Amino acid sequence: MPLLEMKNIVKEFPGVRALDGVSFTLEAGEFHSLVGENGAGKSTLMKTLSGVYPYGTYEGDIIIEDQVRQFRGIRDSENAGVAIIFQELSLVKELTVGENIFLGKEPSKLGVINWSELYHRTSKLLQDLNLDIDPRVQVGNLGIGQQQLVEIAKALSKEAKILVLDEPTAALTESEVETLFAILRKLKARGVGMVYISHKLGEVFEMSDRITVLRDGKTIGTHNAAELTKEKVIELMVGREVGNIFPECHHDFGETVLEVKNLTAYSIDAANKKVVDGVSFHVRKGEVLGIAGLMGAGRTELLMSIFGAWPGKYSRQVVVEGRNVSLDTPASAIREGIGFVTEDRKRFGLILEQTILDNMTLAGLKRISGAFLTNRTRETIAANGPMKSLRVKANSPLTVAGTLSGGNQQKVVLGKWLLTNPKVLFLDEPTRGIDVGAKQEIYAEINKLAEQGLAIVLVSSELPEVLGLSDRVMVLHEGRVTGEFVRKEATPEKVMAAATGNH
Amino acid sequence: MAEIKESKISTAALRAYVMIGVLALIWAYFHWATGSIFLTPENLSKLSTQMSVTAIIAVGMLMVIVSGNIDLSVGSVLGFAGGIAALSMTTYELGLVPSIIFAVVVGILIGVFQGALTAYLSIPAFIVTLGGLLAWRGAVKWLLGGYTVPISDSSFLAMANEYILPAIGWIIAAVAIGFILFMAYRNAKSVKDYGLGEANYSGEMVKAVIPIVGVVAFIWVMNSYRGIPVPVIILLGVALFGAFITNSTTFGRYLYAIGGNADAARLSGINNKMQVLKVYALLGAFTGIAALIFTARVGSAAPDAGVLKELDAIAACVIGGASLMGGRGTVFGACLGALIMASLDNGMSLLNVRDFMQDIIKGSILVVAVGLDMFGRRGT
Repeated sequence: MPLLEMKNIVKEFPGVRALDGVSFTLEAGEFHSLVGENGAGKSTLMKTLSGVYPYGTYEGDIIIEDQVRQFRGIRDSENAGVAIIFQELSLVKELTVGENIFLGKEPSKLGVINWSELYHRTSKLLQDLNLDIDPRVQVGNLGIGQQQLVEIAKALSKEAKILVLDEPTAALTESEVETLFAILRKLKARGVGMVYISHKLGEVFEMSDRITVLRDGKTIGTHNAAELTKEKVIELMVGREVGNIFPECHHDFGETVLEVKNLTAYSIDAANKKVVDGVSFHVRKGEVLGIAGLMGAGRTELLMSIFGAWPGKYSRQVVVEGRNVSLDTPASAIREGIGFVTEDRKRFGLILEQTILDNMTLAGLKRISGAFLTNRTRETIAANGPMKSLRVKANSPLTVAGTLSGGNQQKVVLGKWLLTNPKVLFLDEPTRGIDVGAKQEIYAEINKLAEQGLAIVLVSSELPEVLGLSDRVMVLHEGRVTGEFVRKEATPEKVMAAATGNH
Repeated sequence: MAEIKESKISTAALRAYVMIGVLALIWAYFHWATGSIFLTPENLSKLSTQMSVTAIIAVGMLMVIVSGNIDLSVGSVLGFAGGIAALSMTTYELGLVPSIIFAVVVGILIGVFQGALTAYLSIPAFIVTLGGLLAWRGAVKWLLGGYTVPISDSSFLAMANEYILPAIGWIIAAVAIGFILFMAYRNAKSVKDYGLGEANYSGEMVKAVIPIVGVVAFIWVMNSYRGIPVPVIILLGVALFGAFITNSTTFGRYLYAIGGNADAARLSGINNKMQVLKVYALLGAFTGIAALIFTARVGSAAPDAGVLKELDAIAACVIGGASLMGGRGTVFGACLGALIMASLDNGMSLLNVRDFMQDIIKGSILVVAVGLDMFGRRGT
């Protein structure tokens, strides 16, 4: 008897059938991955399981331990032993670790909280998971990876029998991922069933017993992980043979477009702490320079400082096409022909409630429209260019950006920067959290832009991406350059060694 | 292009139609309840004069709110700028034009000052302008020594109490209609010029019918009494200017961007701080203009002039669909909001509703309006 059985789940939204008869089973102590492109229905399926979409709004049965369940809300599913860790963290940053873990179920008498019990139980929970985190520290002071681990501890404090993890490693460093996996293995041994949603197939294969592939709201198949390969999974996900997802490319390099000398940037919180320490590099016309490194290596800080947008202190010399330029604001960097597709598109890239058109023309508005007056028609024509060339899937340029899928949102951000007519394009995690199909399109676009003579600086946490696209790879570790490789020399082993400081 | 028009109608325009419908209901009710007094040319003329001070401030406030900020000090600034103008007219006898300039410049300077504290020193706008609310009120009391300063100069009083000759009203109407037709023609033509499809001249002309009928009806009603009141002409100027800024300038677009996502705006090369400073200066200028009309209407500058005006202006913006989180709102909505508020004031006064009851009703309507709006938003 399976721990969880979801039978023929059908969930409809106005105009869309998001789930079309999906079935899914989970055994106790099983690690079961759920993969599929964005929009395949993974998150929707998990929202029916957790009661976010309550009983009655979907068809089909959810059976846990032989009982058909009718969850009216998250509370019901939690009581049945289901815990879900969503992509977006749901911790209160101003509260301590202990307060967060026991939020809503504080040990108390007559409404008075027993603080020592709360913190003792938190300590025990954290020890149990081998986590070296102070229960009294404010969550906001922890790194993003540690916050994720606190979130998991919180889920476990509810004695979950079924643990659902939605992209839990997106923001974790290698070592944090290892810590997480060690915890998950331990839970597996205790009999907890786990549903794991991830785009990172390496992790999926490392951990899974079984893998279920969803596509367009349908179950494509459930297989033992041992019977599958990554290529096969990708094929099942996209429904066609992908071959090599990194396109062949032949870049001809021209002269140096951007040269950065001796860049040092300091932490925002601790003014004396260097987050980037004396980094110099150059990038040529038509070249893709990859910057590899682990979380906290200083990659984003490096790009932000060149762009004049780092809020902390920084110093550097920037040379664009042989001229010394000061670039003290993003506006001046844009004027010198630098475009910056920032990481975290929802936070830094897009105005979600505005249209594709308004988002796309924002950075290049004065170039497109004129310094003082806007011109809708000219803007529409300008935005139609990237809309078509990047194949943004939307009804019209007046579709609101927030309603688009992750891949299309990323294309809008990319389009925004192409409309500034850049000579150098910075790409910071350009494919995070988007599906394989959209990734492939963005890879192809990056190559095309390089072939057209754009100089590209690519930051990515996904090593295959950096290696697959870059002509040259620079590796950062704790703010310093610890390695530089041309394409043929850049092997995963060498880059990883440099990124971890073992070179 | 067909799709583009479709989605436009489904969002902003739909809201406007709903609000116009609500306004029509309110008017119909008052007309019935007052025994056909409400919708007479005389009362509508008074009503539009009454709304002008609030609406002029609301246009500036709307832009500040769109940028994700707020200004609680405008009521006090109105009192202060009005006091300056009154002293300049009476005690110092500097004449009409310098007095007007003083009031507007004072408004701008205060706006720049408070905007700088907000944008460059990162003191929250709520705090800066809450301080301003107290401080500028204190400044008016000090300036006027606690007394009311009456103004008898007829040219000054004309700013609030005179009417434009009906003939000039019709000339204005003709110019407005010509402009509407020209814009419709240009819209249709630009579609073809930029290769986006065939020019649909007749379609654009049909769409121009509603605004043209609105212009004619407005002028006709105003002329049936004494002509367009001067403060209403000033309001129309300010509102058109505000609509132009928000719809057709890069500055206006930047305000929406900053209010929608300040980080994304900054990283797109926008100088957020400078835009915020400018928008406060603009609100300051409008507050100065409103102060002149207010002072002229009352016929004097008083220490308590403009008390609670900031709340009327904010309420007008919010009823008109602006979000206090920033990034959303229109000048048209803010003016409509001010008109709804003024209609309630005017109608309830005609019905002799007691003062305290008027406040309770207006407060409740504000909360219900925003509540319904949030409810409707959740549905989509």
